[in-house]
Amino acid sequence: MSDAPVSYAPSGGPDEVCSYEDTVAAYDPVLGLEVHVELGTKTKMFCGCPTEFGADPNTQVCPVCLGLPGALPVVNETGVESAIKIGLALNCEIATWCRFARKNYFYPDMPKNFQTSQYDEPIAFNGWLDVLLEDGSTYRVPIERAHMEEDTGKSTHVGGATGRIHGADYSLVDYNRAGIPLIEIVTKPMTGVGDRAPEIAKAYVGALRDLLRALGVSDVKMEQGSLRCDANVSLRAKVGDDPGSEAQQEVPLGTRTETKNVNSLRSVERAVRYEMTRHAAVLSAGQTIVQETRHWHEDTGVTTSGRVKSDAEDYRYFPEPDLVPIAPDREWVERLRASLPEPPAQRRRRLQETWGFSDLEMRDVVNAGAVELIEATVAAGATPAGARKWWGGELARRANADGRDLGDMGVTPAAIAQLDGLVQSGRLNDSMARQVLDGVLAGEGMPLHVADARGLAVVQDDGALTEAVNTVLAANPDLVDKIRAGKVQAAGALIGQVMKATKGQADAAKVRQLIMDTVAPEQG
Amino acid sequence: MSTLSRDDVAHLASLARIALSDAELDRMCGELDVILDAVATVQQAPTEGVEPMSHPMPLTNVTRPDEVKPSLTAGEALSGAPEAESDRFSVPRILDED
Ligand SMILES: [Zn+2]
Repeated sequence: MSDAPVSYAPSGGPDEVCSYEDTVAAYDPVLGLEVHVELGTKTKMFCGCPTEFGADPNTQVCPVCLGLPGALPVVNETGVESAIKIGLALNCEIATWCRFARKNYFYPDMPKNFQTSQYDEPIAFNGWLDVLLEDGSTYRVPIERAHMEEDTGKSTHVGGATGRIHGADYSLVDYNRAGIPLIEIVTKPMTGVGDRAPEIAKAYVGALRDLLRALGVSDVKMEQGSLRCDANVSLRAKVGDDPGSEAQQEVPLGTRTETKNVNSLRSVERAVRYEMTRHAAVLSAGQTIVQETRHWHEDTGVTTSGRVKSDAEDYRYFPEPDLVPIAPDREWVERLRASLPEPPAQRRRRLQETWGFSDLEMRDVVNAGAVELIEATVAAGATPAGARKWWGGELARRANADGRDLGDMGVTPAAIAQLDGLVQSGRLNDSMARQVLDGVLAGEGMPLHVADARGLAVVQDDGALTEAVNTVLAANPDLVDKIRAGKVQAAGALIGQVMKATKGQADAAKVRQLIMDTVAPEQG
Repeated sequence: MSTLSRDDVAHLASLARIALSDAELDRMCGELDVILDAVATVQQAPTEGVEPMSHPMPLTNVTRPDEVKPSLTAGEALSGAPEAESDRFSVPRILDED
């Protein structure tokens, strides 16, 4: 949500920052993350308006979500179910009875002049989420609460020299987004993170994204704003070298700042790192941190002062009289618990074991977003190692270079399974397989078809290959002498020539074997 | 008995986005105090052993299925708007970023 502005700090030059090394040498960071996720329900939280992304302005609105007098909201049952599922997946307790509350503020993004939210009675509270870090260790993120609320409208600012809000003459508001169900997930202060604070923040949001996707409650597209993150950062004096020590936990928390709308995993990591170094510079100069919101600037990688943070009492929360309390009976909760998919972390462990991947291999696959694709490819008959090699290697590289999702590359798990089969059977060698993949990506059809059409097959006929080897050996007596003198690496040049002579259709290992057998049988 | 300070009233006015002159602030301070005193009478009601109540009907879990209902057209939605442009509500410039 965007709250009402209170005041701006004067804009000066860029803020001073310390080096990251100096920051973590002197201070102990504490994080708090607030994540808003837009649910993927068909309708809004309190009315039957559709929630489709990209509709014409103000065509998905009604008297309820426009806050017209006399309109009566009614809760979306699927929205409540999704909230409970999220709470259960985050190992939370589920409230036996809870209410909605009005969060009052005057700002045109909410036509009602309040946002329907939950205050001191969240539907889910007191949970945790285990997050896998790059070095293979796990950090347990303590979850304070997950509560139900609604999204706000979207403003476009017109006029002004820069198109930015300062100097805008007026604003245009589209309320299609107002009322779309949101779940706000709030962590408890994350302590003991030490110099890994930025990594842990990123890993948590990534793990949450995977979890929400697995639950099927949201499409979780950060670039479309269906998952948004606010990052709270504070520093306190460092005591000793163990951020988890008891002595460290006894040091009171420092003043925090809240960096709003950090909307990509990479930005979460960068914004936390930046705020840590900025806080350190302020504190090291003997000054104090102002409790305020900060704006994150993706392009420059810095935050700037937003507004002084409003106190909760300024929102004058009170129970929403138009919505009756939600009291999920235990049978319902247990039914939802039974419907939960296998948690992503557990599923990963199971798949890693089944596939026989090392920790490092599995982590690369997870980071490449290839787990589901490999699973489908193995199900289509590929070897796990083959599936990993293509999705985690060649395709991940190409997806990365094109800035695309691995799943949007235009190649199916069935095609990769067929390609792996052609390699496993010896029909294709690695370089041919890559050529076949080029063909598949270019829309030439399935791998078998591409291989046939391009005439790609490893030469299995020893007679033809032996002839090619002998021709190359006869043309290169100097290299043959070198090999005989013990310089086995000279064989590489010969292999290259044979491969060239056979248009890459020979099996390189076999060529090597033939050369060594002919030239220096005792060294082969 | 004065319970509201002038600063309190100024703060409330800023939350409500109402601009008050110094004279208005002084007047509102007095008027709101009278109102608060009147409402304070309610606090004398004996409430010991009475549960706070936000909803008079003993209802819970009133929900609707997640089914799309027709929305208004943009024209209908904007028919009551003092100003509109490009099928959007036009409002005075706002200061914060979205
Ligand atoms: Zn509506």
